[in-house]
Amino acid sequence: MTSTAVKIDESDGSNSGRSNSDHLKPAFKPGQRPSRRLGLRMRRSWQLYVLLLPPLIFSIIFLYWPMYGLILAFKSYNITLGITGSPWAGFTYISQFFHSYLFWPVIKNTLVLNVYALLALFPLPIVLALLMNSLRNQRFKKAVQLITYAPYFISTVVLVGIILMLFSPTTGVINQPISAIFGHPVDFLSAGAFRHTYVWSGAWQTLGYSSIIFLAALAGVDPELHEAARVDGASILRRIWHIDLPGILPVTVTLLILNMGQLLNSGFEKVLLLQNPNNLAVSQVLDTYSYQIAFQSQIPQYSYATAIGLFKSVISLVLILLANWLARRVAKQSLF
Amino acid sequence: MRIRDTRGDRAYYVVNYSVLIVFTLMVLYPIIYVISASFSSAKAIADNNVYLWPVGPTLDAYKTIVQSPNLLIGFANSAVYTVGGALLGTALTVLAGYASSRDDLPFRRVITFFFLIPTLVSAGIVPTYIVVRELGLLNTRWAVILPGAMSVFNVIITRTFYQMNIPGEMLEAAKVDGADDFRFFFRIALPLSKPIIAVNLLFYGITQWNGWFNAFLYTSDQSLMPLQLVLRELLSQSAVNPAMIGGADVAEILKRQELFDKLKYAMIVVAMIPPLVAYPFVQKHFVKGALIGSLK
Repeated sequence: MTSTAVKIDESDGSNSGRSNSDHLKPAFKPGQRPSRRLGLRMRRSWQLYVLLLPPLIFSIIFLYWPMYGLILAFKSYNITLGITGSPWAGFTYISQFFHSYLFWPVIKNTLVLNVYALLALFPLPIVLALLMNSLRNQRFKKAVQLITYAPYFISTVVLVGIILMLFSPTTGVINQPISAIFGHPVDFLSAGAFRHTYVWSGAWQTLGYSSIIFLAALAGVDPELHEAARVDGASILRRIWHIDLPGILPVTVTLLILNMGQLLNSGFEKVLLLQNPNNLAVSQVLDTYSYQIAFQSQIPQYSYATAIGLFKSVISLVLILLANWLARRVAKQSLF
Repeated sequence: MRIRDTRGDRAYYVVNYSVLIVFTLMVLYPIIYVISASFSSAKAIADNNVYLWPVGPTLDAYKTIVQSPNLLIGFANSAVYTVGGALLGTALTVLAGYASSRDDLPFRRVITFFFLIPTLVSAGIVPTYIVVRELGLLNTRWAVILPGAMSVFNVIITRTFYQMNIPGEMLEAAKVDGADDFRFFFRIALPLSKPIIAVNLLFYGITQWNGWFNAFLYTSDQSLMPLQLVLRELLSQSAVNPAMIGGADVAEILKRQELFDKLKYAMIVVAMIPPLVAYPFVQKHFVKGALIGSLK
């Protein structure tokens, strides 16, 4: 943890330091002793620390205090005693989760849902960006962008509402032609269909928005390459294959690796809203399971639920750090 | 000199335009359908006669919303949370973004990293819930706004804005003139950061307007429910629950079950429109947001 901390820290500082070094001279000459210099600089900058105080206090209360609360995974939480006062329980809850008959089904559901989403939703924005990038009619391009970005800003409740209403087996408009053709409606929230509904409604909501980053990368491709290739008689498909795709390869590799760092983070709110007793066997993921243990069982088992959350947080952290390390190695870039 | 498209290139463009038009229509259709259905007559919906445009146009679903105290409270609550969350989130973000953009700030890297850690290690729902409870915030408006009030991604965008737009010479010149850090921030940096303030207000506003989970988890009072949560409750009912809607007349109207589906459509429209109207204003900042968002 510490070594990573330093690495992240350094890369962050060096980037922004470079960009600023030409116009901000160091406040003190290099000859002075570091410790005295630092103390003096801190005293001189006290007003900046005052400005930082509200966001720091916010982070401590609402981000770091809950992080400290993760130790509840090793304690038996007692409401009257609080986080600190509750008695230690060791690995009771962690091992309870490992030995739970739901352990493997929940892990499997989480991974299947996310791997499916990654495989389906990662390539499509690239295709969309390539198509939009080769458009010559700028107004048409603008219109396509404006419309396809829009669903990203619609709330999860509204998205799920649209699914429930339009895809309803009894009254949904989508099920009218389906009934007419196949003779029976399709229940899009059944156990068999849940994953497809989850992933493809996600496609509807995020494809346009996800293409932005690839469009930005494509804007950096030198137009002269295209001109030269055109003069040489290269078709548009060949130019896309030999010029555009190599141009966005670094971004693509980086994003793919970083997305793999998110394999345990399914869209908790959307899964929760789409969940029903019929699809629970495939829709129970780590987040919803932890939520259910804490808030929907007869006796709230906060410690057990925290243990499940901690398990997820630790694996996620490892995945993110691994992904970032890989991105650095393979694509020579990382986001932090 | 223009080179003429070959036959193959023309075929490509035909396919390209077709794919994009079909995709755009697929994105648009559910939105148009929901709006049309909310304006159609209840009978047309029940008979499945609505496909694209409103059939037998009427406003009675919206009249029902306006007459229903509980739905109006949801609307008012969402407005409060949106404005409050936007102001608070923007204030925290601008303060953190500005101070951490100053590379003469001692321990700047440590502080930046302090803001970044929570994006790597998520505490999860249960510990956050326990903190909110130990703070005594359960069943208050603060519980809806405060957790998640500041997004680290916005802090990074804002920090980058200050690094690129407030040159060091400006700070040095102000210092020579005797301005301290407070004066420089409030008199010079803040007036120059209107664009990034607008972006933050819109981002946080949209997030709060779209939010339902905080209210769902931390409050149980109907009088604190935002619109999205009211909509969620409405969607989860298959039959009319007059208590949910409130108001004697409204209950009478809603006894006609067929109006119920229409009401759901109208509520979806009301919950959906504000972000759709607001987002084009932040569009040009998408690239930065998308870059940083992919880290999440």
